[in-house]
Amino acid sequence: MLAIPATLALALVVLPVVGLLVRSDLTRLPSLIATPSSWHALRLSLITAALATLACVLLGVPLAVVLARARFRGVRLLRSIVLLPLVLPPVVGGLALLYLLGRKGFLGMLITTLTGQSVPFTTTAVVIAQTFVAMPFLVVSLEGALRGAGDRYEQVAATLGARPWTVFRRVTLPLLLPALGSGVVLSFARALGEFGATITFAGSLEDVTRTLPLEVYTQAEVDIDSAVALSILLIVVAVLVIAVARPRSWEGGLR
Amino acid sequence: MKKLALAVAAVALFAGACSSSDEPSTQTGGSSVSAPAPKGTGGTGGGTLTVFAAASLTESFTALGKEFEAQHSGVTVKFSFAGSSTLVQQLTNGAKADVFASADQANMDKAAQGGVIDGQATVFATNKLAIAVAPGNPKGIKSFADLNKAGLSVVTCAPQVPCGSATKKVEQQTGVTLKPKSEESDVKQVLNKVRSGDADAGLVYVTDATSAAGKVDKVDFPEAAQAINNYPIAAIKGGQAELAHQFEEFVLGTEGKNELAKVGFGSAQ
Repeated sequence: MLAIPATLALALVVLPVVGLLVRSDLTRLPSLIATPSSWHALRLSLITAALATLACVLLGVPLAVVLARARFRGVRLLRSIVLLPLVLPPVVGGLALLYLLGRKGFLGMLITTLTGQSVPFTTTAVVIAQTFVAMPFLVVSLEGALRGAGDRYEQVAATLGARPWTVFRRVTLPLLLPALGSGVVLSFARALGEFGATITFAGSLEDVTRTLPLEVYTQAEVDIDSAVALSILLIVVAVLVIAVARPRSWEGGLR
Repeated sequence: MKKLALAVAAVALFAGACSSSDEPSTQTGGSSVSAPAPKGTGGTGGGTLTVFAAASLTESFTALGKEFEAQHSGVTVKFSFAGSSTLVQQLTNGAKADVFASADQANMDKAAQGGVIDGQATVFATNKLAIAVAPGNPKGIKSFADLNKAGLSVVTCAPQVPCGSATKKVEQQTGVTLKPKSEESDVKQVLNKVRSGDADAGLVYVTDATSAAGKVDKVDFPEAAQAINNYPIAAIKGGQAELAHQFEEFVLGTEGKNELAKVGFGSAQ
Protein backbone atom coordinates (compact mmCIF):
# COMPACT_ATOMS: atom_id res chain seq x y z
CA MET A 1 0.00 0.00 0.00
CA LEU A 2 2.83 2.36 0.83
CA ALA A 3 4.70 1.51 -2.35
CA ILE A 4 2.87 3.93 -4.64
CA PRO A 5 3.20 7.13 -2.58
CA ALA A 6 6.73 6.10 -1.61
CA THR A 7 7.66 5.68 -5.28
CA LEU A 8 6.09 9.05 -6.10
CA ALA A 9 8.05 10.67 -3.27
CA LEU A 10 11.28 9.15 -4.52
CA ALA A 11 10.47 10.24 -8.08
CA LEU A 12 9.89 13.78 -6.87
CA VAL A 13 13.41 13.85 -5.44
CA VAL A 14 15.22 11.93 -8.17
CA LEU A 15 13.53 13.00 -11.42
CA PRO A 16 14.47 16.72 -11.26
CA VAL A 17 18.13 15.68 -10.90
CA VAL A 18 17.67 13.37 -13.90
CA GLY A 19 16.16 16.30 -15.79
CA LEU A 20 19.26 18.35 -15.03
CA LEU A 21 21.56 15.54 -16.17
CA VAL A 22 19.62 14.98 -19.39
CA ARG A 23 19.78 18.67 -20.30
CA SER A 24 23.50 18.96 -19.65
CA ASP A 25 26.17 18.23 -22.19
CA LEU A 26 28.23 15.73 -20.21
CA THR A 27 31.16 15.84 -22.62
CA ARG A 28 31.56 19.58 -22.06
CA LEU A 29 31.10 19.22 -18.30
CA PRO A 30 34.81 19.25 -17.35
CA SER A 31 35.56 22.32 -19.45
CA LEU A 32 32.51 24.16 -18.10
CA ILE A 33 33.39 23.42 -14.48
CA ALA A 34 37.16 23.92 -14.72
CA THR A 35 37.08 27.72 -14.67
CA PRO A 36 38.78 29.86 -12.02
CA SER A 37 35.43 31.31 -10.91
CA SER A 38 33.86 27.92 -10.27
CA TRP A 39 36.87 26.72 -8.29
CA HIS A 40 36.80 29.93 -6.26
CA ALA A 41 33.10 29.40 -5.64
CA LEU A 42 33.55 25.73 -4.69
CA ARG A 43 36.43 26.50 -2.33
CA LEU A 44 34.54 29.38 -0.73
CA SER A 45 31.43 27.21 -0.35
CA LEU A 46 33.31 24.36 1.35
CA ILE A 47 35.21 26.69 3.70
CA THR A 48 32.21 28.79 4.71
CA ALA A 49 29.89 25.79 5.10
CA ALA A 50 32.52 24.08 7.31
CA LEU A 51 32.94 27.22 9.44
CA ALA A 52 29.17 27.65 9.68
CA THR A 53 28.78 24.02 10.77
CA LEU A 54 31.47 24.53 13.41
CA ALA A 55 29.64 27.62 14.66
CA CYS A 56 26.38 25.62 14.69
CA VAL A 57 28.01 22.95 16.87
CA LEU A 58 29.66 25.40 19.27
CA LEU A 59 26.47 27.42 19.75
CA GLY A 60 23.79 24.86 18.94
CA VAL A 61 24.82 22.04 21.28
CA PRO A 62 24.60 24.15 24.46
CA LEU A 63 21.34 25.67 23.20
CA ALA A 64 19.82 22.23 22.54
CA VAL A 65 20.86 20.99 26.00
CA VAL A 66 19.36 24.06 27.66
CA LEU A 67 16.13 23.77 25.67
CA ALA A 68 15.77 20.06 26.41
CA ARG A 69 16.66 20.20 30.09
CA ALA A 70 15.53 23.62 31.26
CA ARG A 71 12.40 23.84 33.36
CA PHE A 72 11.77 27.60 33.41
CA ARG A 73 8.66 29.36 32.15
CA GLY A 74 8.72 30.37 28.52
CA VAL A 75 11.00 27.54 27.40
CA ARG A 76 8.34 26.38 24.95
CA LEU A 77 8.19 29.83 23.40
CA LEU A 78 11.99 29.84 23.18
CA ARG A 79 11.84 26.49 21.42
CA SER A 80 9.56 27.95 18.72
CA ILE A 81 11.71 31.07 18.31
CA VAL A 82 14.80 28.94 17.71
CA LEU A 83 12.98 27.26 14.81
CA LEU A 84 12.19 30.62 13.16
CA PRO A 85 14.96 30.40 10.52
CA LEU A 86 13.39 27.11 9.36
CA VAL A 87 10.11 28.74 8.43
CA LEU A 88 11.37 32.16 7.34
CA PRO A 89 12.11 32.51 3.65
CA PRO A 90 15.92 32.82 3.57
CA VAL A 91 15.69 36.18 1.80
CA VAL A 92 13.76 37.53 4.80
CA GLY A 93 16.49 36.20 7.07
CA GLY A 94 19.05 38.00 4.91
CA LEU A 95 17.14 41.28 5.14
CA ALA A 96 16.83 40.88 8.91
CA LEU A 97 20.58 40.27 9.22
CA LEU A 98 21.30 43.26 6.97
CA TYR A 99 19.12 45.53 9.10
CA LEU A 100 20.81 44.30 12.30
CA LEU A 101 24.44 44.06 11.19
CA GLY A 102 24.46 46.44 8.22
CA ARG A 103 26.16 49.81 8.50
CA LYS A 104 22.87 51.42 9.59
CA GLY A 105 21.79 48.51 11.83
CA PHE A 106 22.22 49.10 15.59
CA LEU A 107 24.64 46.23 16.12
CA GLY A 108 26.40 47.00 12.85
CA MET A 109 26.92 50.63 13.88
CA LEU A 110 28.37 49.45 17.21
CA ILE A 111 30.75 47.06 15.44
CA THR A 112 31.86 49.78 13.02
CA THR A 113 32.48 52.21 15.89
CA LEU A 114 34.45 49.67 17.93
CA THR A 115 36.48 48.00 15.20
CA GLY A 116 36.26 50.23 12.15
CA GLN A 117 35.05 47.22 10.15
CA SER A 118 31.65 46.54 8.66
CA VAL A 119 30.13 43.09 8.30
CA PRO A 120 28.16 43.06 4.99
CA PHE A 121 30.08 42.12 1.83
CA THR A 122 32.59 40.00 3.79
CA THR A 123 33.18 36.26 4.02
CA THR A 124 32.21 36.58 7.70
CA ALA A 125 28.76 37.73 6.55
CA VAL A 126 28.43 34.55 4.46
CA VAL A 127 29.28 32.38 7.48
CA ILE A 128 26.81 34.31 9.68
CA ALA A 129 24.02 33.92 7.10
CA GLN A 130 24.72 30.18 6.75
CA THR A 131 24.87 29.68 10.52
CA PHE A 132 21.57 31.54 10.89
CA VAL A 133 19.71 29.24 8.48
CA ALA A 134 21.50 25.99 9.41
CA MET A 135 21.57 26.05 13.22
CA PRO A 136 17.92 25.00 13.74
CA PHE A 137 18.66 21.68 12.00
CA LEU A 138 21.31 20.87 14.57
CA VAL A 139 19.21 22.06 17.50
CA VAL A 140 16.14 20.10 16.36
CA SER A 141 18.09 16.85 15.90
CA LEU A 142 19.85 17.17 19.25
CA GLU A 143 16.91 18.34 21.27
CA GLY A 144 14.75 15.48 20.01
CA ALA A 145 17.45 12.97 20.93
CA LEU A 146 17.96 14.53 24.37
CA ARG A 147 14.29 14.57 25.22
CA GLY A 148 13.85 11.05 23.91
CA ALA A 149 16.72 9.75 26.03
CA GLY A 150 15.52 11.51 29.17
CA ASP A 151 17.88 12.48 31.97
CA ARG A 152 18.00 9.18 33.88
CA TYR A 153 21.67 8.54 33.08
CA GLU A 154 22.66 12.04 34.03
CA GLN A 155 20.84 11.74 37.35
CA VAL A 156 22.51 8.45 38.10
CA ALA A 157 25.91 9.90 37.25
CA ALA A 158 25.18 12.86 39.51
CA THR A 159 24.14 10.64 42.42
CA LEU A 160 27.40 8.73 41.97
CA GLY A 161 29.22 11.99 42.62
CA ALA A 162 30.02 13.32 39.12
CA ARG A 163 30.19 17.10 38.81
CA PRO A 164 27.88 18.77 36.23
CA TRP A 165 30.71 19.37 33.75
CA THR A 166 31.83 15.72 34.06
CA VAL A 167 28.22 14.57 33.54
CA PHE A 168 27.99 16.70 30.40
CA ARG A 169 31.31 15.45 29.05
CA ARG A 170 31.09 11.78 30.00
CA VAL A 171 27.36 11.04 29.83
CA THR A 172 25.37 13.65 27.88
CA LEU A 173 27.77 14.13 24.96
CA PRO A 174 28.35 10.40 24.24
CA LEU A 175 24.57 9.84 24.30
CA LEU A 176 24.21 12.66 21.80
CA LEU A 177 26.82 11.54 19.31
CA PRO A 178 24.51 9.84 16.76
CA ALA A 179 22.09 12.77 16.74
CA LEU A 180 25.01 15.19 16.64
CA GLY A 181 26.30 13.38 13.55
CA SER A 182 23.04 13.69 11.67
CA GLY A 183 22.61 17.28 12.87
CA VAL A 184 26.07 18.16 11.58
CA VAL A 185 25.34 16.61 8.17
CA LEU A 186 22.01 18.43 7.88
CA SER A 187 23.52 21.77 8.94
CA PHE A 188 26.44 21.41 6.55
CA ALA A 189 24.10 20.51 3.69
CA ARG A 190 21.84 23.46 4.45
CA ALA A 191 24.81 25.84 4.73
CA LEU A 192 26.22 24.54 1.43
CA GLY A 193 22.93 25.21 -0.36
CA GLU A 194 22.32 28.62 1.24
CA PHE A 195 21.36 31.24 -1.31
CA GLY A 196 18.72 33.78 -0.29
CA ALA A 197 20.16 35.04 2.98
CA THR A 198 23.67 35.15 1.52
CA ILE A 199 22.84 37.18 -1.60
CA THR A 200 20.76 39.62 0.44
CA PHE A 201 23.12 40.07 3.39
CA ALA A 202 26.59 39.31 2.05
CA GLY A 203 26.29 40.34 -1.60
CA SER A 204 28.03 38.53 -4.40
CA LEU A 205 31.72 38.99 -5.20
CA GLU A 206 34.03 36.33 -6.60
CA ASP A 207 36.34 34.73 -4.02
CA VAL A 208 34.83 36.83 -1.19
CA THR A 209 31.10 36.15 -0.96
CA ARG A 210 30.08 34.37 -4.18
CA THR A 211 29.47 30.79 -3.05
CA LEU A 212 28.56 27.98 -5.45
CA PRO A 213 24.77 28.58 -5.39
CA LEU A 214 25.36 32.31 -6.07
CA GLU A 215 27.75 31.42 -8.90
CA VAL A 216 25.05 29.16 -10.39
CA TYR A 217 22.59 32.05 -10.25
CA THR A 218 25.07 34.53 -11.77
CA GLN A 219 26.05 32.12 -14.54
CA ALA A 220 22.40 31.37 -15.32
CA GLU A 221 22.11 34.99 -16.46
CA VAL A 222 24.51 34.43 -19.37
CA ASP A 223 25.24 30.78 -19.93
CA ILE A 224 22.64 28.29 -18.80
CA ASP A 225 24.89 25.35 -19.80
CA SER A 226 27.59 26.37 -17.39
CA ALA A 227 24.96 27.03 -14.69
CA VAL A 228 23.69 23.47 -15.20
CA ALA A 229 27.26 22.14 -15.03
CA LEU A 230 27.83 24.00 -11.74
CA SER A 231 24.53 22.67 -10.39
CA ILE A 232 25.72 19.13 -11.07
CA LEU A 233 28.96 19.93 -9.24
CA LEU A 234 26.92 21.15 -6.26
CA ILE A 235 24.80 17.98 -6.31
CA VAL A 236 27.90 15.79 -6.43
CA VAL A 237 29.38 17.59 -3.43
CA ALA A 238 26.10 17.31 -1.49
CA VAL A 239 25.73 13.59 -2.27
CA LEU A 240 29.38 13.00 -1.26
CA VAL A 241 28.83 14.76 2.06
CA ILE A 242 25.76 12.68 2.83
CA ALA A 243 27.36 9.43 1.64
CA VAL A 244 30.51 9.93 3.69
CA ALA A 245 28.74 10.98 6.86
CA ARG A 246 25.58 8.89 6.69
CA PRO A 247 26.48 5.23 7.41
CA ARG A 248 27.63 5.77 10.98
CA SER A 249 25.89 8.80 12.29
CA TRP A 250 22.63 9.08 10.38
CA GLU A 251 21.56 5.47 10.53
CA GLY A 252 22.85 5.33 14.08
CA GLY A 253 20.50 8.20 14.85
CA LEU A 254 17.57 6.39 13.29
CA ARG A 255 18.15 3.15 15.18
CA MET B 1 11.19 11.02 19.30
CA LYS B 2 14.50 10.90 17.50
CA LYS B 3 12.81 9.76 14.32
CA LEU B 4 10.25 12.53 14.51
CA ALA B 5 12.87 15.20 15.06
CA LEU B 6 14.91 13.92 12.16
CA ALA B 7 11.88 13.75 9.92
CA VAL B 8 10.98 17.35 10.80
CA ALA B 9 14.50 18.44 10.07
CA ALA B 10 14.58 16.58 6.76
CA VAL B 11 11.29 18.08 5.62
CA ALA B 12 12.44 21.55 6.59
CA LEU B 13 15.71 21.02 4.77
CA PHE B 14 13.74 20.24 1.64
CA ALA B 15 11.52 23.28 2.15
CA GLY B 16 14.58 25.46 2.62
CA ALA B 17 16.11 24.18 -0.56
CA CYS B 18 12.86 24.83 -2.40
CA SER B 19 12.53 28.37 -1.26
CA SER B 20 16.10 29.24 -2.11
CA SER B 21 15.72 28.03 -5.64
CA ASP B 22 12.49 29.99 -5.93
CA GLU B 23 14.03 33.26 -5.00
CA PRO B 24 15.51 34.41 -8.28
CA SER B 25 12.08 34.98 -9.77
CA THR B 26 10.65 36.66 -6.69
CA GLN B 27 13.63 38.91 -6.27
CA THR B 28 13.98 40.11 -9.79
CA GLY B 29 10.31 40.36 -10.60
CA GLY B 30 7.01 40.82 -8.94
CA SER B 31 4.18 38.89 -10.39
CA SER B 32 4.04 35.15 -10.71
CA VAL B 33 4.67 33.45 -14.01
CA SER B 34 4.05 29.81 -13.28
CA ALA B 35 0.45 29.65 -14.42
CA PRO B 36 -0.15 30.27 -18.11
CA ALA B 37 -2.54 33.14 -18.53
CA PRO B 38 -5.94 32.22 -19.85
CA LYS B 39 -6.23 33.09 -23.48
CA GLY B 40 -9.07 35.11 -24.86
CA THR B 41 -11.09 34.25 -27.89
CA GLY B 42 -8.60 36.14 -30.05
CA GLY B 43 -9.25 39.13 -32.26
CA THR B 44 -9.79 42.56 -30.83
CA GLY B 45 -13.05 41.87 -29.04
CA GLY B 46 -11.40 41.13 -25.72
CA GLY B 47 -9.18 38.66 -23.91
CA THR B 48 -6.02 38.73 -21.87
CA LEU B 49 -2.73 40.05 -23.18
CA THR B 50 0.29 38.61 -21.39
CA VAL B 51 3.40 40.77 -21.47
CA PHE B 52 6.84 39.58 -20.31
CA ALA B 53 8.85 42.69 -19.54
CA ALA B 54 12.25 43.52 -18.04
CA ALA B 55 12.22 44.46 -14.34
CA SER B 56 13.32 48.02 -15.11
CA LEU B 57 10.05 48.53 -17.03
CA THR B 58 7.89 47.77 -13.97
CA GLU B 59 6.70 51.32 -13.25
CA SER B 60 6.20 52.56 -16.81
CA PHE B 61 4.64 49.40 -18.26
CA THR B 62 2.22 49.01 -15.34
CA ALA B 63 0.93 52.51 -16.11
CA LEU B 64 0.86 51.80 -19.86
CA GLY B 65 -1.09 48.58 -19.29
CA LYS B 66 -3.83 50.52 -17.49
CA GLU B 67 -4.06 53.04 -20.35
CA PHE B 68 -4.16 50.24 -22.92
CA GLU B 69 -7.00 48.52 -21.05
CA ALA B 70 -8.91 51.81 -20.93
CA GLN B 71 -8.61 52.19 -24.72
CA HIS B 72 -9.44 48.55 -25.53
CA SER B 73 -12.60 47.56 -23.72
CA GLY B 74 -12.68 43.94 -22.60
CA VAL B 75 -8.92 43.53 -22.80
CA THR B 76 -6.94 42.69 -19.66
CA VAL B 77 -3.17 43.18 -19.67
CA LYS B 78 -1.13 40.89 -17.41
CA PHE B 79 2.55 41.49 -16.71
CA SER B 80 5.40 39.31 -15.63
CA PHE B 81 8.37 41.46 -14.62
CA ALA B 82 11.76 39.80 -14.11
CA GLY B 83 15.35 39.99 -15.28
CA SER B 84 15.44 39.78 -19.09
CA SER B 85 17.56 36.61 -19.10
CA THR B 86 15.15 34.91 -16.68
CA LEU B 87 12.26 35.80 -18.97
CA VAL B 88 14.08 34.42 -22.02
CA GLN B 89 14.69 31.16 -20.16
CA GLN B 90 11.01 30.94 -19.27
CA LEU B 91 9.92 31.70 -22.85
CA THR B 92 12.27 29.19 -24.45
CA ASN B 93 11.08 26.61 -21.92
CA GLY B 94 7.48 27.06 -23.03
CA ALA B 95 6.00 29.88 -20.93
CA LYS B 96 2.92 31.37 -22.64
CA ALA B 97 3.09 35.07 -23.48
CA ASP B 98 2.09 37.47 -26.25
CA VAL B 99 4.72 40.20 -25.99
CA PHE B 100 8.34 40.30 -24.80
CA ALA B 101 10.10 43.55 -23.91
CA SER B 102 13.81 43.07 -23.15
CA ALA B 103 16.27 45.37 -21.39
CA ASP B 104 18.96 44.65 -23.95
CA GLN B 105 19.51 43.42 -27.49
CA ALA B 106 21.52 40.35 -26.39
CA ASN B 107 18.56 38.79 -24.60
CA MET B 108 16.19 39.59 -27.45
CA ASP B 109 18.66 37.86 -29.80
CA LYS B 110 18.71 34.86 -27.47
CA ALA B 111 14.93 34.68 -27.57
CA ALA B 112 15.00 34.90 -31.37
CA GLN B 113 17.59 32.11 -31.54
CA GLY B 114 15.32 30.07 -29.29
CA GLY B 115 12.62 30.43 -31.94
CA VAL B 116 10.02 32.14 -29.78
CA ILE B 117 9.93 35.57 -31.47
CA ASP B 118 7.36 36.35 -34.15
CA GLY B 119 8.70 38.80 -36.76
CA GLN B 120 11.17 41.57 -36.01
CA ALA B 121 11.96 43.27 -32.69
CA THR B 122 11.73 47.06 -32.53
CA VAL B 123 13.75 49.29 -30.20
CA PHE B 124 11.32 51.44 -28.18
CA ALA B 125 13.52 53.05 -25.52
CA THR B 126 17.10 53.54 -24.35
CA ASN B 127 18.62 53.62 -20.91
CA LYS B 128 22.00 54.55 -19.47
CA LEU B 129 23.86 54.30 -16.19
CA ALA B 130 23.81 56.79 -13.34
CA ILE B 131 25.33 56.75 -9.87
CA ALA B 132 22.89 56.27 -7.00
CA VAL B 133 24.02 57.77 -3.67
CA ALA B 134 22.43 58.39 -0.27
CA PRO B 135 20.07 61.41 -0.17
CA GLY B 136 22.08 64.63 0.06
CA ASN B 137 25.16 62.90 -1.41
CA PRO B 138 27.10 62.91 1.92
CA LYS B 139 30.27 61.52 0.31
CA GLY B 140 30.32 64.25 -2.34
CA ILE B 141 30.47 61.95 -5.35
CA LYS B 142 30.44 64.05 -8.53
CA SER B 143 32.00 61.90 -11.24
CA PHE B 144 32.65 58.32 -12.29
CA ALA B 145 36.29 58.67 -11.21
CA ASP B 146 35.14 59.72 -7.70
CA LEU B 147 33.91 56.15 -7.20
CA ASN B 148 37.52 55.05 -6.72
CA LYS B 149 38.06 57.37 -3.74
CA ALA B 150 39.57 55.53 -0.76
CA GLY B 151 37.19 54.17 1.86
CA LEU B 152 34.16 54.28 -0.40
CA SER B 153 31.86 51.24 -0.51
CA VAL B 154 30.72 50.84 -4.11
CA VAL B 155 28.33 48.17 -5.43
CA THR B 156 27.78 47.31 -9.11
CA CYS B 157 25.98 44.71 -11.21
CA ALA B 158 27.85 41.52 -12.13
CA PRO B 159 29.34 41.69 -15.66
CA GLN B 160 27.03 38.82 -16.64
CA VAL B 161 23.92 41.02 -16.47
CA PRO B 162 23.19 44.00 -18.78
CA CYS B 163 23.81 46.76 -16.20
CA GLY B 164 27.12 45.09 -15.31
CA SER B 165 28.28 44.85 -18.91
CA ALA B 166 27.42 48.54 -19.34
CA THR B 167 29.52 49.28 -16.23
CA LYS B 168 32.47 47.32 -17.69
CA LYS B 169 32.14 49.28 -20.94
CA VAL B 170 32.31 52.61 -19.09
CA GLU B 171 35.32 51.36 -17.09
CA GLN B 172 37.13 50.53 -20.33
CA GLN B 173 36.27 53.87 -21.90
CA THR B 174 37.37 55.92 -18.89
CA GLY B 175 40.32 53.77 -17.78
CA VAL B 176 38.86 53.85 -14.25
CA THR B 177 38.75 50.32 -12.82
CA LEU B 178 36.27 50.02 -9.95
CA LYS B 179 36.79 47.77 -6.94
CA PRO B 180 33.20 46.95 -6.02
CA LYS B 181 32.30 45.46 -2.63
CA SER B 182 29.74 43.29 -4.35
CA GLU B 183 28.61 42.44 -7.88
CA GLU B 184 24.85 41.99 -7.65
CA SER B 185 22.77 39.89 -10.03
CA ASP B 186 20.27 42.61 -10.77
CA VAL B 187 20.06 46.36 -10.69
CA LYS B 188 17.34 46.53 -8.02
CA GLN B 189 19.67 44.71 -5.59
CA VAL B 190 22.30 47.40 -6.21
CA LEU B 191 19.70 50.07 -5.47
CA ASN B 192 18.65 48.26 -2.27
CA LYS B 193 22.23 48.16 -0.99
CA VAL B 194 22.44 51.95 -1.44
CA ARG B 195 19.03 52.48 0.16
CA SER B 196 19.92 50.34 3.19
CA GLY B 197 23.08 52.44 3.62
CA ASP B 198 25.47 49.53 3.22
CA ALA B 199 26.86 50.91 -0.01
CA ASP B 200 27.92 54.56 -0.39
CA ALA B 201 27.30 54.44 -4.13
CA GLY B 202 25.88 52.05 -6.68
CA LEU B 203 25.84 52.00 -10.46
CA VAL B 204 22.24 51.70 -11.60
CA TYR B 205 20.16 52.80 -14.56
CA VAL B 206 18.96 56.41 -14.74
CA THR B 207 15.41 55.05 -14.60
CA ASP B 208 15.98 53.10 -11.37
CA ALA B 209 17.47 56.16 -9.68
CA THR B 210 14.58 58.32 -10.96
CA SER B 211 11.95 55.86 -9.73
CA ALA B 212 13.58 55.80 -6.28
CA ALA B 213 13.79 59.60 -6.02
CA GLY B 214 13.73 60.66 -2.38
CA LYS B 215 15.29 57.39 -1.26
CA VAL B 216 18.47 57.92 -3.28
CA ASP B 217 20.03 60.85 -5.14
CA LYS B 218 21.02 60.48 -8.77
CA VAL B 219 24.44 61.61 -10.01
CA ASP B 220 24.70 61.70 -13.80
CA PHE B 221 28.08 61.36 -15.48
CA PRO B 222 28.91 62.11 -19.14
CA GLU B 223 30.74 58.80 -19.76
CA ALA B 224 27.41 56.97 -19.36
CA ALA B 225 26.70 57.95 -22.98
CA GLN B 226 29.39 55.40 -23.99
CA ALA B 227 27.14 52.54 -22.94
CA ILE B 228 23.58 53.14 -24.09
CA ASN B 229 21.25 50.19 -23.61
CA ASN B 230 18.57 49.54 -26.22
CA TYR B 231 15.20 48.12 -25.17
CA PRO B 232 13.61 46.01 -27.95
CA ILE B 233 10.00 44.77 -28.00
CA ALA B 234 8.57 41.89 -30.06
CA ALA B 235 5.53 39.64 -30.39
CA ILE B 236 5.78 36.00 -29.28
CA LYS B 237 5.06 33.11 -31.65
CA GLY B 238 1.79 31.36 -30.92
CA GLY B 239 0.43 34.39 -29.05
CA GLN B 240 -2.43 36.68 -30.04
CA ALA B 241 -0.66 38.35 -32.93
CA GLU B 242 -3.13 41.17 -33.54
CA LEU B 243 -3.47 42.27 -29.91
CA ALA B 244 0.29 41.94 -29.42
CA HIS B 245 0.88 44.15 -32.44
CA GLN B 246 -1.54 46.76 -31.08
CA PHE B 247 0.32 46.81 -27.76
CA GLU B 248 3.66 47.21 -29.55
CA GLU B 249 2.27 50.19 -31.51
CA PHE B 250 0.94 51.63 -28.28
CA VAL B 251 4.36 51.41 -26.55
CA LEU B 252 6.06 52.95 -29.63
CA GLY B 253 3.38 55.67 -29.87
CA THR B 254 2.82 58.92 -27.99
CA GLU B 255 1.38 57.33 -24.84
CA GLY B 256 4.34 54.97 -24.60
CA LYS B 257 6.89 57.72 -25.17
CA ASN B 258 5.30 59.88 -22.45
CA GLU B 259 5.18 57.16 -19.79
CA LEU B 260 8.72 55.99 -20.55
CA ALA B 261 10.10 59.54 -20.47
CA LYS B 262 8.54 60.07 -17.00
CA VAL B 263 10.98 57.63 -15.39
CA GLY B 264 13.94 58.79 -17.48
CA PHE B 265 14.08 56.46 -20.48
CA GLY B 266 15.58 57.99 -23.62
CA SER B 267 13.79 57.71 -26.93
CA ALA B 268 14.94 55.22 -29.52
CA GLN B 269 17.52 56.57 -31.99
